Parts: sequence; structure tokens; C-alpha cells
Amino acid sequence: MEIQFTLNGKMVSAEVAADTRLLDMLREKGCYSVKCGCETSNCGLCTVWMDGVPVLSCSVLAVRAEEHEITTLEGLQEEARELGAYLAAEGADQCGFCSPGLIMNVLAMERELENPTQEEVEEYLAGNLCRCTGYMAQKRAIEKYLKRTKEAQA
Amino acid sequence: MFHVKEYVRAKSLKDAYDLNQKRSNILLGGMMWLKMGRNYKVTAIDLSDLGLNQIEEDEKEFRIGCMCSLRQLELHKGLNDCFGGVFKECTRYIVGTQFRNGATVGGSVFGRYGFSDILTCMMMLDTYVELYQGGIVPLTEFAAMPYNRDILVRVIIRKDGRRAAYTSQRQSKTDFPLIACGVAVKDGIWQVSVGARPERAALVTIPVTQESPAVQAKAAVEQFTFHSNLRGSAEYRRYLAEVYVRRLMEQLKEEA
Repeated sequence: MEIQFTLNGKMVSAEVAADTRLLDMLREKGCYSVKCGCETSNCGLCTVWMDGVPVLSCSVLAVRAEEHEITTLEGLQEEARELGAYLAAEGADQCGFCSPGLIMNVLAMERELENPTQEEVEEYLAGNLCRCTGYMAQKRAIEKYLKRTKEAQA
Repeated sequence: MFHVKEYVRAKSLKDAYDLNQKRSNILLGGMMWLKMGRNYKVTAIDLSDLGLNQIEEDEKEFRIGCMCSLRQLELHKGLNDCFGGVFKECTRYIVGTQFRNGATVGGSVFGRYGFSDILTCMMMLDTYVELYQGGIVPLTEFAAMPYNRDILVRVIIRKDGRRAAYTSQRQSKTDFPLIACGVAVKDGIWQVSVGARPERAALVTIPVTQESPAVQAKAAVEQFTFHSNLRGSAEYRRYLAEVYVRRLMEQLKEEA
């Protein structure tokens, strides 16, 4: 069946089967930041935004994207680059496999939560798993990234 | 993986119900659990266009549409203010934000999963499910019913003034609960629900007495059955349940 939706600000159409996952359709559209890490809806690597809300694209049928707005890392390159620089500066990337999902969720969190506490940040990001870093470097990087917004506004 | 040949966005509950009478068809919730199994179905039925993704509130009750996400429960101010924040507490450790944005209330409650925080939490409140054919049924009754082909349209929670508290323990953050406990109190009655035993949550009611919370918690927990799995033994679960139910009773007494 043919569906139409907005992908990173552009209206697109796609021919999908009834059981095609959003993740697979997005990769066919060239969004290779969207990856499947766990197959059990647990790792957060496949995070994309549906109408601005972070969702697991491995668990959403592509047909459910019809008439919705989907955003992937490819549509947020400037912000992703900025956050990525903070992650790199803290050595928070080792293999980097989980970074796209983490970045998508941090950027969603930044829009949703106002001045989050460390506990709120950890809770928001609990569904983004990393098998390399032990999270400490990620936490430092995200804290500094969020602070830079406050400092710029001050 | 989940496989299906056709996808239908139902135009009405009647259409969805009619389609759902075939065992080869399946009703979609958030698909978090569904996609894990090996399912081969003919038609997937989606209720997304029926306006069932709203939490409505009036002076008597909350009506939670089956397509509401767990994240909506977590963030809904009215629900959390009315019941001491239990909806934030029972959802916050379920996997992650993105998962809770996808998982639906209808899927969680209809599934009556043995690990369900949601079922455990709702059971200690004055909760009903609205079934398309079956009408309005108390949640305690629904939880014990066998699966059928009806549609859970809404969950209704009455504002009857009960005060509530909830907690759970997990082996690690974002895992299934090892034990889930809810306690509510009103008019001299403790409503104690325990889930992840690991079987469908159930409810026990006991009168509030002058005895210590430890004695009352023991009296309530004795009435539940517990089982063992990889996360813990029946004995360990019983021990934890007693501790947590006591703490929740103490919390509610302090807050009174």
C-alpha cells in the first residue's frame, strides 16, 4: 500500500507492506542513522520522532506514519553535530553505534523538559542503552550540553 | 516477528469489533509485546482514528481511552494529583520514554500480563473497563476473565476519595518488575493489590485495625499466591511483598 508522510520536513510517499516496520522503511528512504539494536524494544537505538514525540521505530508499523511527521537524525544535523561534539569531547563515544538514538532522545528531552534535574535526565534517557561506556561520560557530556543552553540564555 | 497481510484503520468500533471476531485477525495496541512473538495474521486492526487517545476528566471519574500511551498516564496532572502520583510511579520504570510513548493503556490492560505495573496500580483504585460488547466491568472481575474477542474501549477510574501509594522492585532499571505493590485506603478499608507474583495482579481487601502495619501487611499478603521464575523465588516475592505493603501502609498513615 502507498502512504504519504512528512520526512524531515519534506512530503514523501512510500510503497510498504502491511507489516513493514517504520525502521525498515526509513532505512529504505536513506535514513541510515536509524538502526535496529535489540529487536526487543529496549535499546532506544531506533529512536525517531513522530510528530515531535520520540518513539521506537522498530515497534511502529510504517503504515501508522501515514499523514504524520517523522524526524530522524538526518533532519537535525546541525543540532546533532553540536551535541555530538560534546559527546566526543568527553570520550562518550567508543563504538558510536548507540549515538544516533541517544542524540535523538536528548534533543527530544531538551524540547520537553525545562531545567531537568540529573535524576530527570537519567530517567528520560533510561531507554537508551550503551554497551561500551558505562554512561558516566555520556552523563557528563549531556550535563555540559544542557548547561550551554542556559549559559547562552543568561 | 509479527507478520500480517493487510492493515485496516477502523472507521468505527463496530467495524473493528466485526473484523476482530476472526481469529486470524488482530487488534493493534502499541505493538510492543505483539511484535516479540511469532504471529502470522491476516488483518491488523488499528483504532488510531477513533479518538480514543484522550484522558477525559469530570467531577466523578477519569475516562482513559484505550489508545492513550503509558506516557500520557505518567504525565497526566489530574490523575496524579487525585491519586498521590501513583500513575507516575507505576510507569516511570517501564523501559524508557520512547517505549512509554508507544505502549498503550488498552494493550497493557487487555493483555492482563503477569508482569503488569499498570494492572497492579489500577486494581487498587475503583477501576472499570468499558468493553464494546461486554459493557462496563469492574477491573478485578475483568482481570480474572479469560481472553475473548471483545474490544477494551476505555478504562474508567472513579474519584471516590481513596488515597493510594505504589511501588515496585526490579533487578535492574527498565526490567520487568520482580514484585509490584499498590495500597489504597478509604473508609477504614485497605485495598491491597500485588502483581508480578508472577501472575495477573489481584486485589485483597482488609479492614484498617489498630494493629501495626506490619501485622496488617502480613494478613493481606498471606492471601496472595506467589510463584517462582528466573527473577526470583515465590518465597522471596512473598517476603518483598510484605515489606513493601507495610511501607505503603505506613506512608498512607503518615500522609493522613
